[in-house]
Amino acid sequence: MNMAVSNLYLNEFSRVKTALPGQRLPWLTNMREEALASFRTTGFPTLRDEDWKYTSVARIEQGHFSLRAATTQPVTARQIETLVLPDMQLLVFVDGHHIPTLSRIDALPAGVTVASIADLLEREPETLQSLLTRQSRGYSSGFAALNVACMADGAYIHLAEGAVLETSIHLLFVACTDNLASHCRNQLIAGANSRACIVEHHAMLGAASYFTNVVTSIAAGSSARIEHHKLQQESPKAFHIAAVNADLNEGSHFLSSSFALGGALSRTDINVTLSGEGAECSLDGLYMGDGRQHMDHHTCIDHSKPRGTSRELYKGVLAGASRAVFNGKVIVHPDAQHSDAFQTNHNLLLSEQAEVDTKPQLEIWADDVKCSHGATVGQLDDNQVFYLRSRGVDDSAARALLTHAFAAEMVDRVGLASLRSRLDRLLRERLPQSSEVLS
Amino acid sequence: MLDISNLHVSIDNKPILRGIDLTVKAGEVHAVMGPNGSGKSTLALVLAGRDNYAVTAGEVRYLGHDLLTLSPEERAREGVFLAFQYPVEIPGVANIYLLKAALNAQRLHRGEAELDAVDFLALVRDKLKFMGMDEALLYRPVNQGFSGGEKKRNEILQMAVMEPRLAILDETDSGLDIDALKVVADGIENMRSPQRALILVTHYQRLLNYIVPDRVHVLSQGRIALSGGPELALELEHRGYGWVDAGKDSRTGVMP
Amino acid sequence: MGNFNLEEFIGQDYQQGFFTTLDSDTVPSGLNEDVVRLISAKKNEPEFMREWRLKAYRHWLTLSEPRWSTVQYPPIDYQNICYYSAPRSSKDGPKSLDEVDPELLRTYEKLGVPLKERELLAGVAVDAVFDSVSVATTFKKKLAGLGIIFCSFSEAVQEHTELVRQYLGSVVPYTDNYFATLNSAVFSDGSFCYIPPGVRCPMELSTYFRINAKNTGQFERTLIIADKGSYVSYLEGCTAPMRDENQLHAAVVELIALEDAQIKYATVQNWYPGDKHGKGGIYNFVTKRGDCRGANSKISWTQVETGSAITWKYPSVILQGDNAVGEFRSVALTNHYQQADTGTKMLHLGRNTRSTIISKGISAGHGHNAYRGLVKVAKSAAGARNYTQCDSLLLGDKCAAHTFPYIVVKNPTARVEHEATTSRIGEDQLFYCQSRGIAAEDAVTMIVNGFCKEVFKELPMEFAVEAQKLLGVSLEGSIG
Repeated sequence: MNMAVSNLYLNEFSRVKTALPGQRLPWLTNMREEALASFRTTGFPTLRDEDWKYTSVARIEQGHFSLRAATTQPVTARQIETLVLPDMQLLVFVDGHHIPTLSRIDALPAGVTVASIADLLEREPETLQSLLTRQSRGYSSGFAALNVACMADGAYIHLAEGAVLETSIHLLFVACTDNLASHCRNQLIAGANSRACIVEHHAMLGAASYFTNVVTSIAAGSSARIEHHKLQQESPKAFHIAAVNADLNEGSHFLSSSFALGGALSRTDINVTLSGEGAECSLDGLYMGDGRQHMDHHTCIDHSKPRGTSRELYKGVLAGASRAVFNGKVIVHPDAQHSDAFQTNHNLLLSEQAEVDTKPQLEIWADDVKCSHGATVGQLDDNQVFYLRSRGVDDSAARALLTHAFAAEMVDRVGLASLRSRLDRLLRERLPQSSEVLS
Repeated sequence: MLDISNLHVSIDNKPILRGIDLTVKAGEVHAVMGPNGSGKSTLALVLAGRDNYAVTAGEVRYLGHDLLTLSPEERAREGVFLAFQYPVEIPGVANIYLLKAALNAQRLHRGEAELDAVDFLALVRDKLKFMGMDEALLYRPVNQGFSGGEKKRNEILQMAVMEPRLAILDETDSGLDIDALKVVADGIENMRSPQRALILVTHYQRLLNYIVPDRVHVLSQGRIALSGGPELALELEHRGYGWVDAGKDSRTGVMP
Repeated sequence: MGNFNLEEFIGQDYQQGFFTTLDSDTVPSGLNEDVVRLISAKKNEPEFMREWRLKAYRHWLTLSEPRWSTVQYPPIDYQNICYYSAPRSSKDGPKSLDEVDPELLRTYEKLGVPLKERELLAGVAVDAVFDSVSVATTFKKKLAGLGIIFCSFSEAVQEHTELVRQYLGSVVPYTDNYFATLNSAVFSDGSFCYIPPGVRCPMELSTYFRINAKNTGQFERTLIIADKGSYVSYLEGCTAPMRDENQLHAAVVELIALEDAQIKYATVQNWYPGDKHGKGGIYNFVTKRGDCRGANSKISWTQVETGSAITWKYPSVILQGDNAVGEFRSVALTNHYQQADTGTKMLHLGRNTRSTIISKGISAGHGHNAYRGLVKVAKSAAGARNYTQCDSLLLGDKCAAHTFPYIVVKNPTARVEHEATTSRIGEDQLFYCQSRGIAAEDAVTMIVNGFCKEVFKELPMEFAVEAQKLLGVSLEGSIG
């Protein structure tokens, strides 16, 4: 990689490393150094990497993003009021650091632990040692390595066997400072038969250009039911790189959704491994780009064991000169007989300058399986537009209405009421003309 | 109300309508009949403003104004209504939203106040009942998952809500069983008024058993080949369209 | 207009004086600039051809073998390949059918290949070649009367130099990819076809080709030009397995359709697939590309790929002219240890261009089958349409099917649809057929043929029948 660029990131690391959480822990220090060494060799991905073929991260590479071991930014509860989702437990991170005074965790049921990673590294590092060690091998990209090296904070949620978290948890990440990089890591460990629903929400409060690099790891025990919703509302000048890695045990059920609305460049990787028999997952996604936004989703569903079921539906709406990338891979291993996988990606191009690169991908190594995928790219249906106009709805409102209907399907599929109504509001804000019709 | 003179229309440079002349006065019901491919649906869609047809000659005047310069939505707001032969499915848009948007767009255009939800619902419920439709249909996406009969009824429901001055019904009778046909026909008959003109585009005569037209026109190869009273429809039923094309009749009209 | 004339070829006076150290009929294995020069010289090529080959060779040196596909094979030693040998004369081949692999003969019998033809296919030296010359002469007269040029590539270089100069490498440049570049440097021979403006080629150029294609070697090159408003249907390959000692095949096919022209190109590829343990077999690395250069032009690829140990080919269409149409229909069957990585690229550049892709992959035994496709709609391609359907059928639990469809759309008025499914032949389906008295193997063939119907119907009748038989033969041993 480019030495000057590399130095930028390496220098930042050297500058703050003694202040990073858990710096007195030799295993963690080693882990960070090893990750950094890995980053130093691989660097940032380039267009020559198949997985990054359509997404250039040169702007991140050349950006001057500094690291902070702690935040000094004063944020008040009032400032984040409009971002908070009602009726949920709340964990707030400002510039990537947990702010207990803004968070609101009510009495948790027995067997449920919710903490910040930084806090845990100070208090009970052994809880995290084996977990983090296991995850710190074979980095999928320079971003993953950088995340381990620079990890400053994140949410830790542990559910004992049979624990049920009735109230969903809202992980709110707000960016307040310009030119800052934040490397967060979230851990959700769900014991057998447990249930939980979390919303990972990235938004900005005053900052314009910054870099978020977040990794969320989820382990679902047998028959656990886990929901993870991701809402990305970064600033239009921000860079957002995220990974969600889920490992599903026997009979567990994982529901993921990803809503990408903000960011100059955003990339979300969702990797789900069905490592136990009869596991099920459902992946939903919606990306809506405008201006010069670039939005990339890479999902990989790995059927490693028999009788797994996966469903995936991603939709994209691209306006302005925005560009979206969707890559959905489904792998069915030789042992994974009776797997059932269905994947769909639909894209709506609204302008001459918008672009979509989609690649649904099947890798099937077993014969007794049901797998299919479909992808479409198109514009609004002329017949539908004409039908609406023949009823007196004007052309632009008809288009907004149809666009809204296209996207709303993804919002309507969200079971969590407070998130759904938030998404509904955001969608109407995006398409003001449709809400005139729909009001 | 409607004056069509020498209308020529083509699609992809292929002429479809080759000189249509038709005058429809308020209070009249006209039936436009003809074999498949004679240009009936093209005429209906051109009147509604479908843009993939090119008008190469002629003009259409509606209430004294040039209809062809208006956008589809302006025509709708001015009181032109097309009941589609193939009503379009619109996933994700509830039927009731469309009805309300359509009605309020028209009211705004006329300088009337928009109807609020309560008044609107009351109005729609009334019409629904008349059409023998379930209220649940209001909340389903427009035409999606509707049976053929439900779709056609839904078109008539929209017409009843919008109360157009000129309604063009394109093959509204096709694909309906006898019971559904009766309901749809009643819905149409109910719209008959001295202020309104109706154009029934149809292949078969059977709808005309329920709605007796004032005039019947037979379209053939893009022209009106024959015009007559209601008895013409019966004669067509009896003798088939071949008879028109074969040129054995010389009562009115221009032979192709 | 002429044709491949073996007699003439063998009797050719090889170039005088140049490389005296080298034997005049065979060149030692290995590749260097001298070998490239020698090939060119032996073919008595004009300077531009020699320079073109050399440029390709020099470029090839800068490339490395592609590794992005799913196919796996031991490294190929390019210095251990003989890049030029004079066409085999009677003394090289088996003397009679008795010397031919009985397995191969059994297959001919099943396919109902006429005895004479069996000898031809198996490489037995018979007079058939000379018979064919006279057959070819009849065609030649008829085609020449219409101004159609159809001859060996070597002959075209001599007789129609300007056409070759104008079109060679204009669709697949010598820099295109590793194997195409290698082909450009060392290609042995192949076919050349030119259809003049407004001419509809009155016959499927197929029976003829069977003869024409003999011994053109492993680096074959085909160039077809359909001038304005013309039409040609071209059938490549033969439906019975070819005996061939060459391990590596790297062919290039270039098609050019000018305004209002149409080219239909059908392939039934049944090279030796290797034995049931995966030993031997042809590596088929082919670059095929058509260029719809003129408005309203149309290029259709239809392929049935049942042979070769490894198939690596992506017959593609560049849709440059407005309203141009590209089609790709493929059946790829892999049994035993065969591997296929095949698909297409549809590059939409012109307005209202349309493309259709139908891909049927069948994997049996330890076979690996991958569909790899790219549908790209450029900014300029307003109103472009693509429909892709790619289905995989799996027989047995040791095989694999992959799909890698890349879709890149830069124009909002484009409409691109892709569908893919994976299915298997169910026990219940087989049992149902068996309970109606149909043997399991016949049932499998029946189901597979049904699965491939959409592609077969694009083949000329006679070919389609043979292709169906071929599937049955290729699937032998896939169940039970």
